[in-house]
Amino acid sequence: MKEFDLKGIRCPIPIVELSRIVQQLDPEEEFRVLATDPAFQLDVEAWCRRTGHELVSRSQEGDVLSAEIRVRTDEPARR
Amino acid sequence: MSETCHVAPNPDTEFAEPLRSLRERVDRQGDPDALAIVLFSGELDKLLAAFVIATGAAASGMRVSLFCTFWGTAALKKDRKQAHGKTIVERMFGWMLPGGAHRQRLSKLDFGGFGRKLMAREMQKKGIPDLNALIEIARETGVRLHVCEMSMHLMGIRDEELIDYPDRSSCGVAQFLEISSRAGTTLFI
Repeated sequence: MKEFDLKGIRCPIPIVELSRIVQQLDPEEEFRVLATDPAFQLDVEAWCRRTGHELVSRSQEGDVLSAEIRVRTDEPARR
Repeated sequence: MSETCHVAPNPDTEFAEPLRSLRERVDRQGDPDALAIVLFSGELDKLLAAFVIATGAAASGMRVSLFCTFWGTAALKKDRKQAHGKTIVERMFGWMLPGGAHRQRLSKLDFGGFGRKLMAREMQKKGIPDLNALIEIARETGVRLHVCEMSMHLMGIRDEELIDYPDRSSCGVAQFLEISSRAGTTLFI
């Protein structure tokens, strides 16, 4: 699984990086991101809900947040 | 055959009216994937807030239109000499409202530029993007920049004095209203 390091950067850069990452990956591909921005924990959830990509799992070890995401290309669920 | 169902309802007439009014209502609803921001302020902290929201939204798949007016227009000038052929009052506006991200004051704790410098250092130390970086990201993520023609005219700001931005256009209030009325969210900063 590809891993991307988003540690040490703050809002809104981690989200901007996420949007760049999914553009270069294939549909259904899973990847992991590591971040230290505390806002990222909830931001990654909200970002996945908005964009329709699947948040497979999330964990935290010390200050490092880890999220596994599956790239989805279908239309995101709308409110 | 029963008496009640021998006249079939005509779907064309029965559903046409509710369908039409439903479509009208849907058309008038704001698009949750569109964001309009009015950037009225020219202070650095408010510019930062506007660009953080704009780039965050664009990175979340939203179409973002940023409308710059008044001090927001003046804050988006390049850091360089004024254009030629201005009136004295227009020149004065230019002197009082210099371009360049590092010249924009904070709305609080600026202390004649000291607070600004301290803030810039802290932001760099803590991995928070500065205004120039955010403008660059806005460019990349496709945030559209609309600059109020009237405020440019009022302060004598020439098009070539504004920052280079591929998706920048000048606009009037009607254009803003058209876009904002179709966007699910409109912010005034």
